[in-house]
Amino acid sequence: MISYIIRRLLYAVLIVILVSVTVFTLIRLLPGDPIEILVSQDIMQDAARDPEYYARLRSEYGLDKPIPIQFINWFFKMLRGDFGKSIIRKFDILGEMKSRIVVTLSLGIVSFIISNVVGILLGILSAIRRGKIVDTVVTVIANIGVTAPTFWIAILLIYFIGFKLKLLPLYGYTLPWKDFGTSVRQSIMPVFVMALGPISMTCRQARSSILEVLNQDHVRTAWSKGLTERKVIFRHVLKNGLMPVVTLQGTMIAMIFGGSAIVETIFVIPGMGKMMVDGMLSQDYPVVQVVTLMLTFVVVLANLLVDLMYGWIDPRIQYE
Amino acid sequence: MGRLLTVTGLTTEFRTERGIVSAVKNVSYHLDEGEILGLVGESGCGKSVSQLSLMQLIPTPPGKIVAGEAVFMGADLLKYEKNSKEMSQIRGKNISMIFQEPMTSLNPSMTIAKQMSEMVLMHEKVTKKEAIERSADMLSQVGIPDAAKRLEDYPYQLSGGMRQRVMVGIAMICNPKMIIADEATTALDATIQAQLLELLYEIVGRYHTALVMVTHNLGIVARYANRINVMYAGHIVETGTVKEIWANPLHPYTEGLIHCVPKLGERLLPIKGMPPSLIGRPPTCPFLSRCQYRQKSCFEENVADLTYVDGGTHATACNVRLKEAGQ
Ligand SMILES: Nc1ncnc2c1ncn2[C@@H]1O[C@H](COP(=O)(O)OP(=O)(O)OP(=O)(O)O)[C@@H](O)[C@H]1O
Ligand SMILES: [Mg+2]
Repeated sequence: MISYIIRRLLYAVLIVILVSVTVFTLIRLLPGDPIEILVSQDIMQDAARDPEYYARLRSEYGLDKPIPIQFINWFFKMLRGDFGKSIIRKFDILGEMKSRIVVTLSLGIVSFIISNVVGILLGILSAIRRGKIVDTVVTVIANIGVTAPTFWIAILLIYFIGFKLKLLPLYGYTLPWKDFGTSVRQSIMPVFVMALGPISMTCRQARSSILEVLNQDHVRTAWSKGLTERKVIFRHVLKNGLMPVVTLQGTMIAMIFGGSAIVETIFVIPGMGKMMVDGMLSQDYPVVQVVTLMLTFVVVLANLLVDLMYGWIDPRIQYE
Repeated sequence: MGRLLTVTGLTTEFRTERGIVSAVKNVSYHLDEGEILGLVGESGCGKSVSQLSLMQLIPTPPGKIVAGEAVFMGADLLKYEKNSKEMSQIRGKNISMIFQEPMTSLNPSMTIAKQMSEMVLMHEKVTKKEAIERSADMLSQVGIPDAAKRLEDYPYQLSGGMRQRVMVGIAMICNPKMIIADEATTALDATIQAQLLELLYEIVGRYHTALVMVTHNLGIVARYANRINVMYAGHIVETGTVKEIWANPLHPYTEGLIHCVPKLGERLLPIKGMPPSLIGRPPTCPFLSRCQYRQKSCFEENVADLTYVDGGTHATACNVRLKEAGQ
């Protein structure tokens, strides 16, 4: 068990490094660089046109060195806890991230919890009422939820609920402990958009695996013992039926945090996703690197937790 | 011996895309207290469905019990709602079942202790501790060594034979009036199968529990049962004591089955042909297409009801034999 956890942690580190290397390299291979943008913003237009000034800036930021060297430099700085500064906007990345990661995590965790609770409940309901109207309605909605693009749903919501009906604020975010009422009102649409896909997938998975378990021999045995419907469902069907749902949650976490880039941009929420998109648009290398690293970290860690939980639920799984 | 169960005219259908499958058709039989009844027939002839119907464990939809009654200790089981309180007091407490598949019939994510004790807790007013003690006791009664330790195991930690012993233990733990063993030993290898059959025989004898042995092996039934029901294509085609059936089969299908029981030094004579489709079958004798004794009249007459010959315990549904017997 301990050795399994250690091995999984090593894998996690490997994945984080791999993602870092790829992101680090790819943003540098894209045309243009942050210096160009910095220079073009420069009010001293004459200096901007000076190639020497440009070259000096590049070497100031270490961007003239070969990519592997740049990576190693960056990596060791990170190890020392020096997350660097934004090239374009000069802010301290660690400080900026501290406030933003709270926003992304609180939205993400709320979405995750809601997607699990709602998805599983709907899945159970539609499985045990198979073929009834509830089942049909849930199935249709879940199918839409799986296929509908996030941005499209977001735009529809903003237009109708925010703009036309004026029921909810159009954009922005407030932390729940600052102003709970506003926070909730501002969260409803983004959380709905983030959770819709995961709800639908969780629901479909829950429904199909519960249906499968309902037809299994051991459930027939449970009925033949004279157990009540409630006991059969809760004791014998749900635990086995929800195991595949647990495995799915790793992917759902990745989906939620990956989706934060789009959702935070559309709803103008000052979180990690928005920070990443802004960083990308201005080719602010250090920002993009650190933010993707952090998001990867969250997803990898969450996946590890899911795996461990799965083993705890299913006694047959032995960690080797 | 008192009458325990009387089934009359049981008919169960499955509504499928291809049509209505008449899995069990107008089946009538009875069972006395402490009696061992064999139910034999080829795969797909409706043995399981008939027994599951009794317990109202047919998957609905597509299955439906369309007619019949099953009077058990004075009350018609088929009148109860499928998941009613009454039905749940019958299941496990009065009638329990042992299923064929030892690998899948137990819940994989629950300890043996829980799976046994939940049955006691459901039907009797006992504490958890007492239920566990009862489970340990039962487990040693079904021949599992080190019972107290084994209780903590999960099914995957037991062999197929052991699991089937656990199933017997679960079935017996509330001391039911009747057990249905649906091919309880078919999936096991020969030695384990023999051990388990002996165990089952011994334990129902000890508690005077009636047993319905469902199997496609006439040899097994002949060894343990008092009486035999022979089933074919959803019908019971012959019933009688083991002696009657073995010495003087009154249905060509039974005769065929007897020829299929392996005897040392003799060649097996398999029954030629396939069982008929159960969808939209005409009312003539279901065995007609495979029967070597069929007569012209068989093609025109409806199949006979199961009729007792000479007012005894031996009955057949073969039109020709009934005519010969002057019925
Ligand atoms: N869920 C179902 N849907 C449709 N048809 C079914 C269903 N369950 C059983 N049947 C049909 O009912 C008939 C009887 O099946 P049953 O399981 O009782 O056979 P059996 O005699 O127990 O056979 P075996 O020896 O293989 O266990 C079969 O022909 C089968 O096609
Ligand atoms: Mg069967």
